[in-house]
Amino acid sequence: MTFTNKNPATTEALHIRLARHAYRIRRFALRMGEVQGQGYIGQALGLADVLAVAYCHAMNIRPDDPEWEGRDRFLLSHGHYAIALYAALLEAGVLKEEELETYGFDDSRLPMSGMASYTPGMEMSGGSLGQGLTIAVGMALGLRHKNNPAFVYNSMSDGELDEGATWEGALSASHHKLSNLIVLVDINRQQADGSSHDTLNFEPLSDKWLAFGWHVQRINGNDINAVIAAFDIARALKDPVPRVILVDTLMGKGVPFLETREKSHFIRVEEGEWKEAIAMLDASQPPSRTDLAPDLYTTGDRS
Amino acid sequence: MSAIITKPRLTTSAMIASIAGEGQRTVNAPFGHALIAEAARRPNIVGMTADLSKYTDLHIFANEHPNRFFQMGMAEQLLMGAAGGMAKEGLMPFATTYAVFATRRAYDFIHQVIAEEHLNVKICAALPGLTTGYGPSHQATEDIAMMRGIPGLTIVDPCDALDTQQAVAAIAAHDGPVYMRLLRGKVPLVLDEYDYKFELGKAKLLRDGKDVLIISSGIMTMRALEAMHALADGSAEVAVLHVPTIKPLDEATIIAQCSHPGRLVVVAENHSIVGGLGEAVATTLMRAGVHPAFRQIALPDEFLAAGALPTLHDRYGISTSSIVATIKRWLA
Repeated sequence: MTFTNKNPATTEALHIRLARHAYRIRRFALRMGEVQGQGYIGQALGLADVLAVAYCHAMNIRPDDPEWEGRDRFLLSHGHYAIALYAALLEAGVLKEEELETYGFDDSRLPMSGMASYTPGMEMSGGSLGQGLTIAVGMALGLRHKNNPAFVYNSMSDGELDEGATWEGALSASHHKLSNLIVLVDINRQQADGSSHDTLNFEPLSDKWLAFGWHVQRINGNDINAVIAAFDIARALKDPVPRVILVDTLMGKGVPFLETREKSHFIRVEEGEWKEAIAMLDASQPPSRTDLAPDLYTTGDRS
Repeated sequence: MSAIITKPRLTTSAMIASIAGEGQRTVNAPFGHALIAEAARRPNIVGMTADLSKYTDLHIFANEHPNRFFQMGMAEQLLMGAAGGMAKEGLMPFATTYAVFATRRAYDFIHQVIAEEHLNVKICAALPGLTTGYGPSHQATEDIAMMRGIPGLTIVDPCDALDTQQAVAAIAAHDGPVYMRLLRGKVPLVLDEYDYKFELGKAKLLRDGKDVLIISSGIMTMRALEAMHALADGSAEVAVLHVPTIKPLDEATIIAQCSHPGRLVVVAENHSIVGGLGEAVATTLMRAGVHPAFRQIALPDEFLAAGALPTLHDRYGISTSSIVATIKRWLA
C-alpha cells in the first residue's frame, strides 16, 4: 500500500485531478440521464466525489481486465445507483464512452439497476437492498482465506440501514476482524417514502458502528480532500477491524437547480433540463489537464 | 377438564428425532464424513453454518478442517449472502442450517445473491419436511415448493445414508447452486440392497411391479420400499421409482414409467401436497399427454401439529402402515 499524497504540492495536485474526475463522472451520469430521460441522477451527482476518489485514486484496478484477481472489489449494494457506477466505470476506462448511449435500453450492458452478469466491473446484482454487506463479508473472508491482500468495498445507501441483514453483516465483519473490508454509506437522508429521519431514524449513526466494533469516519462526502483523507486512513489503518466511511452527501451536487430542488428519493428532471444541467456543470468545471502544468496533474498514483 | 393421563405417552422428546426404525441399520453422520472425503479432493470446499454445525453434522468437517470452517452465527441471511461472496472468490461453500431457516428466512438471499448469479453454493438444510415434532417453526413442509420456483437451482432430496454420501460428491462435481435436503445423525441405510447409485438428475427404478408405481423422494422412498414389501403379501406388486433430484426433474424416466397401462401412479413425498414432487410429476405427465390413474401421498396443506414423529407420521399419512392402508383402499 503506497500513497503519493504525502507532500502538500502533491496533495494539491491530487485534489485538482480528482475534482476533475468527479466533474467528468457527473457529466457522464447526466449524459446517460439525458439518453434515457430518467435515472437516479440526484444520487449519482451526490456520490460522484466519493466514486472519483475510489476509482481514480484509492482502488487497485486494471481497467482492461475487470476480473483481475488482484483487483480491489467494489460492490454496489444499492443497485439503483447503477447510473453513478457506470459513470465511474466510464471515467476509470473500464467502459468505453460510446456505450453510454445504450444506457437503459433493451439488450444494453448498462441496465437501469446494476446486475453483475451484464456489466464489466459490476461485482454484484444489487437492488434487493441490504444484501451487499453480507456478500462483502463472504468476499473478505474468502480473500483472506486465499491470502489475497485486496480490499472489498461495499457501497450502500443510508436507506439500507433499515434492513436487518445490514446489521448481521456489521456484527459478523467485526467478529471476523475483517480489516480488508471498507464500507461506504451514502447519507443523503432520502428514501422512497420520504426523509430517512421520518421513515426509520438511524442516528446516532457513528455510535452504532462504533458499538459494533468498527473503525468509523464521518465526513462531508462532497469535500474531495476529506474523501481522499478518509480513504487513505481506512486503507492504511493497522487495526484488525473493519472500516466504515459515513459520507454525508448533497443530492444533485454540482447542478444548482437540482441541489435546491425539493428533496425526494427520485429527483425529477424535465426533458429540457438535461442540457441545461450539463451546461451548468460545465460552467463551473474544474481545470482540465491542458489547463495545468503536467507536473501538477501527475500525482504518481494510478492513472 | 380431565387431564389425568394413565398411559405412557410418546413425547416430542427432542428437536431432532431419529427417522430410523427400530433395529434399522444406520450410518452415523454420513454428510459430515462424505464432505471430509470430498474436501480432500477439492481444496476450495469450505463449510459455513448459521449456529447449527452440530445439528447438521458439519461439526465433523469443522473438526477436521478448522481453517476451512466459518461460523456465521444465527444469521441466515448473512449465511447465504456470505456464502455467495465466498463463491465469488472461487471457493465452494457448503452452507448448513435447518431447512425452514434456509428457505423461509433467507429466500431472497438465495434467490438474488446465489441463484441469480448461478454461484457455486451448496445449501444443505436439515430437518426437511416433517422430521421434527417441534411444530411449524421447525417443520419445512413447503421448502421444495419455494425452491422449485428459483431458476437454475438444483434440488436434491436423498433417501438414506448411501444416497447422502453419493449426493455430496455429485453436487460438488456440479457447477452451480444446489439445495439439498439433509438427513443427519444416525441415518438409515437402505439403498445398498437395491444395486443403487446416485446420479444427479436421474430417477432410478429400484423395483418393478405391475400394479402400482410409487414415485418418491427423500425418506419416502424408504417408506415406499417398506410398503412394497408389505403389499407383496398378495395385495399388490409395487414398483418404486426413486427421484432424488427434484429439479431438474428426470421427466423422460417418469413419463416412461407412467406409460405402463393399468398401473396406478402414487407420488409419495415428505412435503406439503402443494408445490412439491407430486405436482411436478403431475404437470410433467399432463404436458406429455400421459394420463394414468394418479394419487398423492403428501402432507396436508395445513400448519402441522407438534408431537412425537411416529404419531405425526401416522396422523398425516406418511408412515409405512398408513401408506399400505391408503394404497389398499385405492386398489379396492
